[in-house]
Amino acid sequence: MQALYAQLLVGLINGSFYALLSLGLAVIFGMLNIINFAHGALYMMGAFCAYFLLNLAGIGYWPALIIAPIVVGIFGMILERTMLQWLSGLDHLYGLLLTFGIALIVQGVFQNYFGSSGLPYAIPDELKGGMNLGFMFLPIYRGWVVVFSLIVCLATWYLIEKTRLGANLRAATENPTLVRAFGINVPRMITLTYGLGVGLAALAGVLSAPINQVRPLMGADLIIVVFAVVVIGGMGSIMGSIITGFSLGVIEGLTKYFYPEASNTVVFVLMVLVLLVKPTGLTGRAA
Amino acid sequence: MSALTDDTLPVSPRAVRDEMIVFVLMAALLAIVPLTGIYPFFVMQALCFALLACAFNLLIGYGGLLSFGHAMFLGTAGYFTAHALKVWGLSPELGILVGTLGAAGLGVITGVVAIRRQGIYFSMITLALSQLLYFIYLQTPFTHGEDGIQGIPQGYLFGIFNLAKPTVLYYVILVGFLGGFLLIYRTINSPFGEVLKAIRENEPRAISLGYKTDHYKLVAFILSGTIAGFAGSLKVFVAQNASLTDVHWTMSGEIVLMTLVGGLGTVFGPVVGAFVIIAMQQYLAGFGQWVTVIQGVIFVACVLTFRRGVIGEIAHFFRRSL
Repeated sequence: MQALYAQLLVGLINGSFYALLSLGLAVIFGMLNIINFAHGALYMMGAFCAYFLLNLAGIGYWPALIIAPIVVGIFGMILERTMLQWLSGLDHLYGLLLTFGIALIVQGVFQNYFGSSGLPYAIPDELKGGMNLGFMFLPIYRGWVVVFSLIVCLATWYLIEKTRLGANLRAATENPTLVRAFGINVPRMITLTYGLGVGLAALAGVLSAPINQVRPLMGADLIIVVFAVVVIGGMGSIMGSIITGFSLGVIEGLTKYFYPEASNTVVFVLMVLVLLVKPTGLTGRAA
Repeated sequence: MSALTDDTLPVSPRAVRDEMIVFVLMAALLAIVPLTGIYPFFVMQALCFALLACAFNLLIGYGGLLSFGHAMFLGTAGYFTAHALKVWGLSPELGILVGTLGAAGLGVITGVVAIRRQGIYFSMITLALSQLLYFIYLQTPFTHGEDGIQGIPQGYLFGIFNLAKPTVLYYVILVGFLGGFLLIYRTINSPFGEVLKAIRENEPRAISLGYKTDHYKLVAFILSGTIAGFAGSLKVFVAQNASLTDVHWTMSGEIVLMTLVGGLGTVFGPVVGAFVIIAMQQYLAGFGQWVTVIQGVIFVACVLTFRRGVIGEIAHFFRRSL
């Protein structure tokens, strides 16, 4: 049973990353109509940002949790201003191709300087060690990642669904021209939205640094799984992305325990099944 | 969805004549390659990728479907052909048949799933399916995992042509490429191709005219996958191995890049694009990971400033369809 709980925890952690990344993808897709292929590369940049802060400037985990998403978010906003904004009005696929190119550039540059092996990033002192819960041993850092990700996800949901800013954002998704007529600066909002989505990816990167090590390709394979998560959940609903992300992580964890050979593929197989039964995705609108 | 197609001129007798002239020129140029002393291995490899990119272009250029998983056909056909030649000891023509049929079967299975969604979702689904296949090939014994299938015997095609001789192999590959190319060309100019273009332009209208668009898309997907698989089977004879590289998503990305550079939705663009990208990889092989960075830069540059691609720009300049 110990092993089962351990795998469940691993599943919850992966689910946190799926949720944070697919949430960002959904928010970006809503505003920019772009599937951000660079999301995995920006997640990796978040982790590297934390690594640089620690090793070059001596800035630890806690400040990095705030600084890295902001730095990477600004990088994302520069990308949006200099490149992505020129694609509005074109076929969606050009956004995919452009961000794929950006992902290749970012990952290639990091691979040149850091190879493909992982760089260690220590768990902060406050979160070291573990707790004995009676039925299992819980490493505190892992518990922290799950709880903190959940809070960030719910805060994002609240921001978009319940605040005035979020209402403007949702309105601009539906009809940007009309919203501009109300005097709201939609292009600036688009840039900020991209920054927010990218910042969430970078935050996931920082959270994963102590667990998965810091590697140039850490986001490359992850983003494909997240795409499958997005296809399963649909991008129509924020809460849908969060729930789908966490549940698929848990299912993957369970698979690791009961049938480890299929743990790499289970999310993709589920995607196929969902497409056969309900092609629009579990929560999605027809696109 | 019209961004791709602004410059596509309607098919006219003049366009067909232009295209046939260029085709004959291309075939003649390729036929004299062995006499020029150009390294035939490079051209053979480029021809296989050119056919692969043409098959991919059939989907994106004429059906409006961007597949981000076309490497799965390349890799699957490669593994099947390699296995048939090496383990079963089949003759080359049967090996090619096994590989191509394998890719066709894969096209049926993945096509049924992938065409359930359009646009951007289609791309994500094909990418996820190819990644699923990648993990399957990583684990099944017959692919030999990370090592791949190596030292594949080339044998005698139809019992006559010795494929171990570079010149003979070159002409076999060339004939295969030209045959596949003509099949695709015939398809896009057939009534079937016209319906496909109609679906790309306006799917609801095509449905309202009574076309079962899902059937057309599925057939196009299977055809594209089968021809891509044929290219993958041919490539086995050139490279004499089949490995996981051919199934990886980076390979799918390269196929997209070749077609983009040459020109999406142009007849000859994918061929030019394949030669450009393969040549670039050949000459920049010493730069390691910078090749990836350069590919990324080409992607970005093409999307931002050069969306028509090489052939698309030429065709636009001369107001012709190529």
